[in-house]
This record gives sequence, C-alpha cells and structure tokens, in this order.
Amino acid sequence: MNASSTSPSPAPTGDRTPTPHPTRTSAPSAGTPEPLLGAVGMARPRIEGTAKVTGAVRYSSDEPMGDLAHGWAVTSTVTRGRIRDLDTSAALTMPGVLGVIDHRNAPRLDLEAGSFFGPDGGMHLLQTDEIPHSGRPVALVVAETAEQARSAARALRVTYDEEPCDVDFSLDHPAARPATSFIGADATVGDVDTELAASAVVVDARYVTPETHGAAMEPHSATAWWEDGRLQIVDSNQGPFLVAMTVAALFRLDPKQVRVRSPHVGGGFGSKSGGCGPQLVLAVMATAMFDRPVRVTLTRSQVFQTVSMRPTTDQRVRIGSDADGRLRAIDHTAAFEVSKLADYLENCTELTNTLYAARAIRTRRSAVPVDILPPYSVRGPGATPGSFALESAMDEVAERLHMDPLELRLRNEPSAGPVSGLPFSRRNLTACLREGARRFGWATRDHRPRTGREGHLLVGTGMAATSFGAGALPSTASITAETDGAFTVAIGASDIGTGARTALTAVAAEALRVPPERIRLLIADSDLGPAWGAGGSRGTTSWSWAITEAAAKLRSRPGGATLPLTVSFDTTESLGELPLMERHSYSAVFCEATVDPATGEVRVRRLLGMFAVGRVINPLLARSQLVGGMIMGLSMALHEEGVRDPATGRHLNTDFAGYHIAAHADVPDIEADFVPDYEPGDPSGIKGVGEIGTVGTAAAIANAVWHATGHRRRTLPIRPDHLVEERPLP
Amino acid sequence: MKEFGYLRPSQVREALALVAADDGARFLGGGTNLVDLMKDGIETPTRLVDVRRLPLDGIREAPDRGLVIGATTTNSDLAAHPEVRRRYPALSQAVLAGASGQLRNMATVGGNLLQRTRCGYFADPSQPCNKRSPGSGCSAITGEHHNHAILGWSDHCVATHPSDMTVALAAYDAVVHYETPDGSHEIPLSGFYLPVGESPQRETVLPPGALITAVTLPAAAAGPRARYRKVRERASYAFANVSVAAALDVEEGVVRGVRIALGGLASRPWRALVAESALRDAPATADRFGDAADAELSAARPLRDNAYKVTLARNLIVAVLTELAHRAE
Amino acid sequence: MTDGTRSEILLRVNGLTHRLDVDNRRTLLDALREDTGRTGPKKGCDRGQCGACTVLLDDRRVVSCLTLAVAADGSDVTTVEGLAPDGELHPLQQAFVQLDGFQCGYCTPGQLCSAVAMLAEHAAGWPSAVTTDVSPERPAPELDAVEVRERLSGNLCRCGAYPSIVRAVLETAARAEVTG
Repeated sequence: MNASSTSPSPAPTGDRTPTPHPTRTSAPSAGTPEPLLGAVGMARPRIEGTAKVTGAVRYSSDEPMGDLAHGWAVTSTVTRGRIRDLDTSAALTMPGVLGVIDHRNAPRLDLEAGSFFGPDGGMHLLQTDEIPHSGRPVALVVAETAEQARSAARALRVTYDEEPCDVDFSLDHPAARPATSFIGADATVGDVDTELAASAVVVDARYVTPETHGAAMEPHSATAWWEDGRLQIVDSNQGPFLVAMTVAALFRLDPKQVRVRSPHVGGGFGSKSGGCGPQLVLAVMATAMFDRPVRVTLTRSQVFQTVSMRPTTDQRVRIGSDADGRLRAIDHTAAFEVSKLADYLENCTELTNTLYAARAIRTRRSAVPVDILPPYSVRGPGATPGSFALESAMDEVAERLHMDPLELRLRNEPSAGPVSGLPFSRRNLTACLREGARRFGWATRDHRPRTGREGHLLVGTGMAATSFGAGALPSTASITAETDGAFTVAIGASDIGTGARTALTAVAAEALRVPPERIRLLIADSDLGPAWGAGGSRGTTSWSWAITEAAAKLRSRPGGATLPLTVSFDTTESLGELPLMERHSYSAVFCEATVDPATGEVRVRRLLGMFAVGRVINPLLARSQLVGGMIMGLSMALHEEGVRDPATGRHLNTDFAGYHIAAHADVPDIEADFVPDYEPGDPSGIKGVGEIGTVGTAAAIANAVWHATGHRRRTLPIRPDHLVEERPLP
Repeated sequence: MKEFGYLRPSQVREALALVAADDGARFLGGGTNLVDLMKDGIETPTRLVDVRRLPLDGIREAPDRGLVIGATTTNSDLAAHPEVRRRYPALSQAVLAGASGQLRNMATVGGNLLQRTRCGYFADPSQPCNKRSPGSGCSAITGEHHNHAILGWSDHCVATHPSDMTVALAAYDAVVHYETPDGSHEIPLSGFYLPVGESPQRETVLPPGALITAVTLPAAAAGPRARYRKVRERASYAFANVSVAAALDVEEGVVRGVRIALGGLASRPWRALVAESALRDAPATADRFGDAADAELSAARPLRDNAYKVTLARNLIVAVLTELAHRAE
Repeated sequence: MTDGTRSEILLRVNGLTHRLDVDNRRTLLDALREDTGRTGPKKGCDRGQCGACTVLLDDRRVVSCLTLAVAADGSDVTTVEGLAPDGELHPLQQAFVQLDGFQCGYCTPGQLCSAVAMLAEHAAGWPSAVTTDVSPERPAPELDAVEVRERLSGNLCRCGAYPSIVRAVLETAARAEVTG
C-alpha cells in the first residue's frame, strides 16, 4: 500500500467501475471527467509549437558544440563472411582525418549487454572481423569535418572473405524455431482441429508482410564527450534513461557516469528504441579514442541498413465458423525473421488472444534466424502485421458466409479474455464498431465484391477491428514546489513528436490543481531518474502515473513547509499491485478505396477510425497521433517494402526514392475520433494512443481493395503490378 | 565525395574549353542527379563547370514557329511556360509529373536529358553493374527487376531511363542541339540515346565534352490534344512504372495523326512507331487502339517479375488515346 | 591543371550577408547549418528525396542538400528562421501551430518553406500534375486539397501530419484571399 494515499477518494459515481488500484489519491475522473482548470481534455497546441515552426528547436545533430569531430561509418558491402583486410593507409593521410576505428582497435564492449530480449549482437560493433549482415558497420572514420570524414571513408579499402548467406525467410524455413515466450506463451484453448472439422466454413490462408522501416525523418545522430568525469551524450532516442543504462552496460561504466539527453527527437516509431543505436555506440568509442566531442550522424542509407526494422512475417490463419458467423476456431501460426545476433519477438498473435471469442484458439509463433541485422519494434509491433493477417482472414470468413463483416465482428464479442480468461478492465470495441459504422455510412454497403463502380474506377469499402495492449511501466517523477509559485516537474520522458511535453504539462497541472502556466516541465534527460521510454504506447501512461502520484504526495504535505520542496514518486510498487486484467485500447477502422483496373492504382479516398483510448488528455494532439498512425498503416498497405537482392542479401532500396513512404498526395483527409472511454486501472483513466492507429489500417485497406476488385491481396504492399487487369472495364 | 574544382564560365566557348582541359571535368546543371551520384562516389568529377550562368536560359520562338528551349531552362519554367502549355501540353504535364516542386525548380532541361537510371544495382557501388562498371555484370536480370525494362534491353543491362520529360519530347519529335569545340550540332531525340547493346555505360551520342545548348520542338507537332499519363507506386514524387505521352488528331472518327511515346519500359524514351503506323487512317476506337498497342508491345521481352508492364502499357495507351479521341470529337 | 577545391562565396541568408570560405563539396544545407548557424533546414535524406532541407533560393523553393554552396554564390537564401524575421509568426506558421500541422517537427521547416513558395507558384498561375487542363487560356486551378497535396508531395512527413498541414495551407490561403 502506498503511503502517499492520504487524500480522500472522489465520491463514486453511478457508472464508474471501481478502480482496482489501491492509491485513490487521484483516482480516475474518467467516467465523468472533472473539468479541472481545463488542463486535461482541452485541445491545446503544442507547447513547443512556436519553436518548431521557427526552426528554433534543436535536434541532436543541431546542438552547437566546440571542438567537434565528425565520425563517418563504413558499412559492410557483403552479407556474410569475414573482413580479410581493412586498409586504412590512404584514408589516414587525407586532410583532416584523425583516425579510423575498426575491430582491431575499438574499445572492447560487454557482449552480454543488450535489450529486453537478452544480449544483442547488433550493438556489439567493431568487436570481431565477422560480418553477420549486409550494412554492418566495419569502421568509423573520424575527421575534423563531415566532408573530410566522408571522403576518407570512401578511401578505406575493405576486402572480405565472403560466405554464402541466407536471407530467404519463410514460414517453412528449416531453421524455424519456437519464438521466445517473453511476452507470454503460445495459446492453446480448446481443440482447434475438432472445431475446424465441425465448422460450416473454414478459411485457411497465408499472409505475408514485408520488412518495413520506422523511417523517422530525423536520421539517428549522437554526440558524445567526456566532461568532469562523466560521459555526456546528446542522442536521438525514445528513452534517455534506458539508453544511458545500455551504454553503461556496453562500455562497463558506472551508470552514474553516463548522462544522455534527447531534447527533441525527429520521430522514432520504434527505430530509436531498444537500447542503443549504432550512431551512439560509435560516437562513444570515438570520443574515448580521440578525447574530443565526436558526432556520428547516420546517412539515410545507413539508417536503412544499420537500424532495426520490422521483420518480414509469414502467417497462416485458419478460422472456422458456424453458418451464423459464430467462430468455432482460430488457429494462427506466425513466423517472423530474426537475426542470428539477437533474439526478438514480433508478437503477431497478440490480437488473436483478445479480439474474438471462439471455442478453440491456438497460436504458434516461430522465429527464423537469417543473415539480417536484428529486427526490433516498429509502430504497433506484432499487432500490426498480425492484424493484417487476422482481420483479412475475418473478412474472408464474412465473404464465405455472405455476411456483413461488421456483423461478424459484433457476433463474436468475448465476455472475458478468450485465452486468458481474465476479465476485461473495460471492453469497448462494440462502441467503436457501431459509431464508426454509423459515421462511415456502412449500413448501405452492398457486401458483394466488385459492385461499386464510378466511371473507369472500381470502388470498395473495408473495415477492421483492432485492440492494442494498454498499461504503464515503472517510472519515477519528482516535483518541486518553487518559491515563485511554479512547480518544476521532472521526469525522464522523451517527446519524439507524441506531444509528451504538452500532455504531461496538462497532467501535472491537473494533478497539482494549478493552471498549466505554473508548470515547468523537465524531460529528456537520464539524470531525471528511471523512466520508461516513448514506446509500447506506454510512454504517456507511465510518466503521467508517476507525475500524478508525485503531485498527490506533494499536495498531501501539510501547509507551511519551507520552499522549495521536492518530492518524488516511483510507480514500481503501485504497478505491481494492479490486478491482472485484460487492458486494451480498441478501434474500428473503415476505408473506402478506388482501384483503376487498367493501371492497378489504388487510392484511399476515405479513412475513418473510431478509437477507445481511455480518457483523452489533449484531443488535438491525440488525434494527430491516431491519424499519423493510420497514415503509417496506409503506407504499409500500399507502399512500403524493404527489398533485398535474393542472391547477395544486399538491400536494394535504402533511400526514400526506392523505399516509398506515403506522400501528401497519397493521403486523404482522415477522420479519427473517440468514443467515451477510460481505463479504470490508470490513475488518470488514460491509455496510449501512439500505435493503435497503425494497427488495423492495412487490413481495412486490403479488405476495401478486395471489395472493389474481387481480388484478395494477402501480401503487402498492394502495388499497381498486383492489380492491373488484362481486360479492364470498358 | 572527392574534392573537386568549381568554375562558373559566362560563355559557352569558355565552358567547352574548361571541360576539354580536364578529363575528369563535368558540366553541372541543377545538380539534382549529378550531386546525388557524387555523394555515393558513382560520379567522381575532378572539376565541375557550372553551366547555369551561361546564356542558355529561356524559351523562344523558333523560325519554323516551333519552340527553342534553352538547355538551362529549369523544369519549372518549362512546365509553366504559356506557349509550352498551349502548344505542347503533354510536355508540360510530363515535366509536372516528375520529381517535386523543389527539384523542378533546380533541374535543367539539359540535365534532365542526361539523367542516369534509378536501378538499385546501379546506385550501389558495391554491386556488379555494367552501366556503372562495364564488364562487371548485371544483377537485375536475375535479381530484383519488377520496375525494369521490357523493351530494347540486352543481356548487359535491363535498366530504364527515369525521365518523364524525355518521353514527351520523344512524342513531339524534339531535336537536341549541342556544342563541341568543333562547332554546333543537332540530332533528333530519336537518335540521341544509344541502344543498350554491349555498352550500357554509353547512353547517348554526345561526344565527350559536348554541351547541350537547346532542345527544339517542331511546329508540326504542336496541338492541344495531347496527354501525358504516368503510373507509379505512389500518387506523386515517384518514378514511373509506365508512362505514356500521346497526341491524337481525329477527323470524323478516323485517326489523321498520332504520336505515342512510352516511359518506364526501356533504357530510353520509347517512341511507339509501330503502334502509330497501325493507327494512321484507322478508326479511332478502343479496339483499334488496343490492337496498335499489342503490335507495339509484341516486341516486349518481359523478365520474371515485370510482365505486368506489358498489360499496363497496353491499358495506358488505350486509356489515353480513348480519352483524346473523346476530346477530339 | 589543378583547380582550387575551396571557394569564397557570398550568401545572403535571411537578409544577412555572409562571406564564407567553403569546401567546394559543401552543400548549401551544410553551409547554412555549419557555417551560418541556421539549423532550421534539416537533413532528412541528403539526397533530395524528402524535402526537409527545403529553403527559398532567390525566392524559389529548392532542396538545399543537392545545391552546392559554391553554386549558390551571390544568392538570397530564406530559411524557416527567415519566415518570421521580426518574431511575428508568418500566417502559415501560426496555422501550423494552431492546427497541429506537425508532430516531431523535423520536416516542418521544409514543409513551411515549401508551402510559402508553393502559394506563390500557384498565385503566378503555375499548373500542377493534377491540374486537369494546363492550357494557359484556362484560369489558374483553384487551390483545393488535391492541388495542395500534389504540390507539397516533395515534402515527406513520417509522423503523418499531412491532413493538418493541408488544412493549415488551405486556411492560410483562404485568409490571404479575404484580406487581399
């Protein structure tokens, strides 16, 4: 029990689910939001908005720095083998060159260091002559200017003893092995085979999603230097505290010696999470060796080649249904590629565990090690490719049953976790489905494919249902009541574009019962204490929880204390006391797409998402995140694919001309809105909004393409070459 | 990038002399392709001779009532020019279908003609590529080639030419004018690009050190009934899978004049002369357009993963000609 | 003969003249960021494929990453910092803030410079790839969402702020029309 819970609980209201959380100090006002000073629930522009539109915001490569040297990474041009020779002689004589770091002289790293999934060889750069994947950094050239470093990097002569590589991933790959059960075991509920045999309709289909990249607009950049016995770092990442811990582990430093700041980050989407990016490993090595501040900024091509991506997945989904649309069985087998350097879980079956009731549910996840760099989370990891498979298959079930796909979803609402048996903290999918359908005008849909036509265009609609895990992770916040009436709120959060600065200011204002103008928020610094990063849709929830509790603790102090007065709160214990329940966000996504069968061009004309994402802190910013997530889903559906040469394993599209992300012209006006919702297990009633927008969108679009054309595309992306028809419409 | 010298002459003669004096010299136009390639070491000039302050800018009337387009005219100015829009609308459309507003403000007409391919193997200096490194081989033929050539390729190279502008120029019978130290020369665009053959690294007939000074458009090609249409993997800001530039004259349901050029299918803009001759004096119907397209594309040799381009090109030809025929009536 | 590999250039950046000694390899983007301290223009790809480095060069939008600094000698450059020279936000900047036309903000300087120039291009009657009829006799295409999207497609945004950006541009354009 938390000692700080001294304030009285708000009076219970009729529709409020009792909070299971023991600290009631600032218990959810969600059901009937408390209009407290208008801080939470108000659509407010970003606090740093003016700085962002005037170019005043500094991202990590913008920080001015005296005596700065520049590092340029050299990457492997082969996919597997050993470095035979790395001839630095020409490079070392070039103007401005300070030196070259490679496996022969690089500082030794702790090879046990890694991510949540264990040791991560992806971070252990320049330790051996082995080449485990194409694009592996093999050297860093350090020079006075970036041009000089780049030129000298080109003059480095690296030769390899090349070995055959294997990048030919599939579900049937002989090296497939059961995936880690890090996020829970595979599901086995009921007898899938018996239920499938008893089903009136069985869909059995294979779905493939390609390697996709976070592709944040800001390439990864780190600047490192030693100052007063501490390693100082400015880096683009999604969580400075976790990065500092990883750097300390890698370089065997006392964590207190490492300070990481990430004041402004130009997008992450997972690509700046997971520990420590290659830019930072190399910058820390270089500053140690050359005793100067060193900046390493990856080129766009290097970002594609050296920074984790969403792995290719190959999934088989079998769904059996009764004639009336009640599901008997869901059998979801999902394989994904991993690197031989590190373990990882692309948890494609997440939704299968929670979205629908069925008598039997079986999930099997397998990892296939191939010669690639370690994949890692990209926006909505697991759920995004998994949802494409599950929600496409559900559409196929509806097709077979000649049934409204919306009705099929509504008919299979579970009353408890279909696999876990746990109660839902608050199940709210139906509201999303019904309200979304109403706004979209779904009721008038002709469910037969290829029935919509406008001139030479085929028109179709599609939908998908989605859930995404909600929750919080341990974080520490501290709040100082200042002498001037302001409150300094400090937490090691990171604002990667999520609006964390603005949202946390509102949360703190509400929790302290003061106007937002009196909040001074400090974030993006590992010195501010342990905090979860901007990831897993758990950034804002984790940080808000800590801030809310710290505020309650401060408010519970008797009046008249000497200022400044600082309190802090670590949520670890509170989180541990949260009872196990199914806690999720929900959404329903509806899409209208046109297809020109003469050219195969798909255009998304309408996209609508209804979301149950808890209490909304700032509707303006939350909507931006959800819309942005949906656009990433659109981009995945129609554009994105990391392509490798099948023989050499070499990436072929490591730039934005080859790796397409959706551009302005691809994106219609998008509607994202909220159904009333709150999360009883969160002190502020909130859930994350960062990822769920991405999750259902690709399936909704693929289903719309089927409805328009009658062609079921089970492999992403859906490009013109897949849909062009020999006999287009007259 | 290797270090290089930079010179900015004000006269064409001077520019030619500066390039002639240094084997490693290259002309610099808008830089949108050359500077890009220099960053990866695919181009390694020792000297850049900037042509943008030469008196080669602007569009003017030609003696035959066609247009003379100066080589350093930017793509933006070309596309926005009233006479281009009035007389050669497919050229304006083609230019607007390429790249982005920013790049069109930089890119010059001369540079656009000399764009290098966007083949992923060409762009990666560590991979074999006969175009970049003659004799090293072509990885695309058996590798990733879903957006490669189906017409006119050889066993040495299956790359496509990425330009949109040149497709329209091909349809309009444009003529390329260039200077060498020996004097002024001109060549029809149809003869400007060399067939791939055994030396894909040689892309045009331009002798080393030649400077493109202008492109002319003949009066005979002018007409409002023309259209450029491009299919690509993003709605904008992407290179073509297939594009078509076409102009059509129809009288009483019969084709009196037709011009068709195709992009994204070959190492150069592909003038569809077979289709054109099949259509001359033929009824302007979708069936005949389809037959003509089939006749042109019977020469196609698709690779494992790009046979869709045959269908797509056929459909696009039919769609564009049908649209123009309706407009003509 | 060997050429010098550095050049002395004059750049007028947001109204301020800079005399710079640059390596010929230096891009305008790097010169702005490293030599004049204008870090508003961003390096998203360094290949002209994302638009984050967009600046106005003699009032036209260009990607500064493919512009050599030496080739811009004598030019006027406006970066995002120059859109609000006296601290008063440009109407487009205000609209971006109010309508949340960005998230991480990294592409924003490019989006803004691009949009400012795009509005001028449209006002000058330039057609775009989605303009149905490019004939000069036709009135300039109305600036609707489809036109704005096409004309701004050279500015990628991975956060997906596109709809808000388009709204901000349209609102600003409409307001400019009203106020004349």
